[in-house]
Parts: sequence; C-alpha cells; structure tokens
Amino acid sequence: MTLPLCPPAVFICDPFGHARQGLYAVLGAFLPEPIPTVALTVLAIALVLTTVAVVVMSQVWAERRIIAFMQGRLGPNRVGPAGLLQSLADVVKLLMKEIIIPTQADRIPFQLAPLMVLVPSLLIWVVLPWGPGLMVTDLNIGVLFILATGAIPTIGILAAGWASGNKYSLLGGMRVAAQLISYEIPMAIIVLVPVLLAGTMSLQGIIDAQSDIWFVLALPVGPIALFLFLVAGIAEVNRSPFDLAEAESEIIGGFHTEYSGMAFALFFLAEYANAFAVSAIASTLFLGGWLGPILPPFVWFFLKAYLVFFVLIWIRGTLPRLRYDQFMASAWKVALPIALVTVGLTAVQITLHAIPGGAGIQ
Amino acid sequence: MVASFGPVALAAVIATVFGLLPLAISALLAPRRPNVVKNSPYECGVETIGPTNVQFKSHFYLYALIFVIFDVEALFLFPWAVTYTQLGLYALIEVGIFIGLLLVGYAYAWRKGALEWV
Repeated sequence: MTLPLCPPAVFICDPFGHARQGLYAVLGAFLPEPIPTVALTVLAIALVLTTVAVVVMSQVWAERRIIAFMQGRLGPNRVGPAGLLQSLADVVKLLMKEIIIPTQADRIPFQLAPLMVLVPSLLIWVVLPWGPGLMVTDLNIGVLFILATGAIPTIGILAAGWASGNKYSLLGGMRVAAQLISYEIPMAIIVLVPVLLAGTMSLQGIIDAQSDIWFVLALPVGPIALFLFLVAGIAEVNRSPFDLAEAESEIIGGFHTEYSGMAFALFFLAEYANAFAVSAIASTLFLGGWLGPILPPFVWFFLKAYLVFFVLIWIRGTLPRLRYDQFMASAWKVALPIALVTVGLTAVQITLHAIPGGAGIQ
Repeated sequence: MVASFGPVALAAVIATVFGLLPLAISALLAPRRPNVVKNSPYECGVETIGPTNVQFKSHFYLYALIFVIFDVEALFLFPWAVTYTQLGLYALIEVGIFIGLLLVGYAYAWRKGALEWV
C-alpha cells in the first residue's frame, strides 16, 4: 500500500536542505557563529520572496488562461509560448506607468497602504513548510501566526479606501473590513479542527500528525472543515464569488479605484500571494502538505497548492457574485454555527477515540 | 524566542524592501505629469457631490463588536485545542459551558437583528 518516500539523502529529493548544509559548512568555516545562521536566513527569505513573485506571475497567467478556456476564449497567447510571458510584460508595463496621487487624497496613508497590505501577505510565506524542516522558521504557534498576520492587511485596505478620498473607495474599504472580520471568525474556529487532531499549532507538527491519514479523510469532520476553510479563505482573499470589495459593477474597483501603476500592482501582488498562501495552508492543514511518495517533498507542496488554487479558479469561473446582505448573513448565520458544531464534533470524536486512522490520539 | 521569531522580524524588513524596490524603479522609469483633471476623483466621470467621508451604516460597528467577542473566544480555544488530548472529558465539558455562555449572547444578537444586513 505505502509507496516509498523520496529519501532525503538523495540530492534531488531535498535540494534546498543540501544547499543549506553545504553553504553552512562553507560559511561556518571562516565566520563566527551568528553570522552564517543569519546569512542563511536572509538567503532563505530572499528565495521565498523570489518564489512568491514567480508563483504570482504563473498564477495570473494560469488564471487568465483557464478562465478563458472555461468561457470559450483563448486568453493571453501572444507574448511568448502560449502567452507565458504575458505577466512579465504586464509587470514591465506597470513599472512604466505613472502613479497618480489624486488631489483630495491623504498623501501619506495613500502611499503607505500598498505596503501595509503587501508585507503581511509575504510574511505568511515564512512559516509555510516546503518539506521536512524546510521553512524559514518553524513557529510553535504557526497557525495562530498565520491568522494574526492574515488579519493585518485589513488595516491597509481600510487605509487605502479612506485615504483615496473617493466615495467608491471608501465603500469598498468598509466592505472589505466588514467582510474580513466576519469571515475571520469561522476561519479561526475551523482551523481548530486540524489543531485538535494534531495537538499542536506548529505547521510542521500538523503535517507530521498526518503521516498516517490526511485530516481531510478524518471522517466526518475533515471534509466539512476543508470546505468551510476554503469558503472562508476565498472570502478572506476577496476572490470571486466573494469579491464584493471590488465589485466592478457596483463600486468600480473598490478600495483600489484610485491606484495606478506600481502602487496598484502591489495590491494585485498581495492578493495573489494571499490566494496562493490560502491554497498552500489548506493543503498543509488538510491534505498532508509535503507528504507524498516518490516525488520530492517540495514538488508535492507546490503540486497540492496549485491543485487547490485550480479549484479556486474553477469556483471563480463557475459561480456568480453574491449579494452583499446574503454574503454577510451567511458568515454569521451559517458558517459560524457549522464551524462551532464541527469543532465540537471533533472534540467528542477524539474523546471517544472514533477518528479513522487513529488521528488525534497521542 | 529569538531563534524562532528573529527570522520573522528579518522577513518583515526584507519584505518591506521587496515592496519598496518596484516603487523605486517605477519612480525612475514612470512619467510624472499631473494635471487638474487627471488628479480629480474617479467617479465614472461625474463630479463628486459633497464631502467624501460621510457617515455610514452603524451596522459596520455592530459587526465589529460581535467580531471582538468571537475573536477572543477563538483565541481562548487555541490553547484548549493544543492540550485537549491530555485534558480529556473534563476539558470537553468546560469548553461546552464556555461556548454555551457565548451562544446565549449570540442568540440574543440574532434575535435583536444585529446579524441582519438591512
């Protein structure tokens, strides 16, 4: 039944780990202790951020192509083979565009807001494990860190909406704030399910606890929790069908109506970095993260994350946008009770030792 | 502490640089030719009427209040979830009472229409 794992001793199975060991040996040979560790951490963070940029460009391309095929169009196919370089061309174009600061805008918050949204979105990536021990830092409160960091962009978006001095932006900003805090509750409660099953908040620990059975298969709570996590996650990253914050047909572009050029691109980058982070967290908490046979762990990590992201694209291509009152009501009247009941059920199941595969029993 | 949270602080600094870098490149490459019409608020070509920062729905604040209550609840549940397997039945009953108390307030808010978006 169980297929062999990729042995970490082989270079291709763990290239980052081997590179880290090699570099540490070289640097440690002639530098005193804190310097090699700090230097390697800086390198790791730089690698992660570069990966974010590349992943976001691939995501934008994939999303445009897949949505286009779903709607019977071709999508971007001119720049590079199959339009692969389209995102790169867009980045260059945005770099050359003027950043307009409206007269009525509050200049300092207006210019700070994109950074306030982008930095927390990038910070989440620091704790995502790509393989056994392969993360910038393994926080023992990993899940809580993700929830806390994921809440900070709300302030940036609110600042952007308020500082723009535009009624559409203000409405968009307020909508995001209300939407994010509403779906934060079911999100925070539903991640208790994997935490309960694993008995730890460390993402590494949660993956280790799934070596026997992925938490999505811990019936009946696993699938419910994953579904609810994805719904809350899509709401948290403002993606269709929950993109009421930037509903073009109602409030132009919401909080980023007045942004142009690179300032707008930073919001865009943050949004896609968040969308991929949600996919990666969903696969880490419920689908076993980097666990998988034969292929190297980091390949499994990206494979599963892209798979979940494909589901997000699919949902976007299929479902129409919700009405705002229904959307807010479903957070408090549907998602919250389901989340509470699911967590209660998980606790009862653990007490009764009734989790399939023996998960949750230490 | 420093070993596990130091990298986070480092990452925050590097991420800020990562965000400032494209803005700096853009400042070098992009044109800057503002004029009165270009810098006016974008509202579908219609002139803005009245001040922008008007009063808005009190419902936003109601949601914020309920959010605080339930966010604190979720925060209290995390340590419980981590140690649950060691605590057993006692912890289950205790958390049942804790959530039960909050559910009374939740039911009250629901009944009073605080969850309704009118």
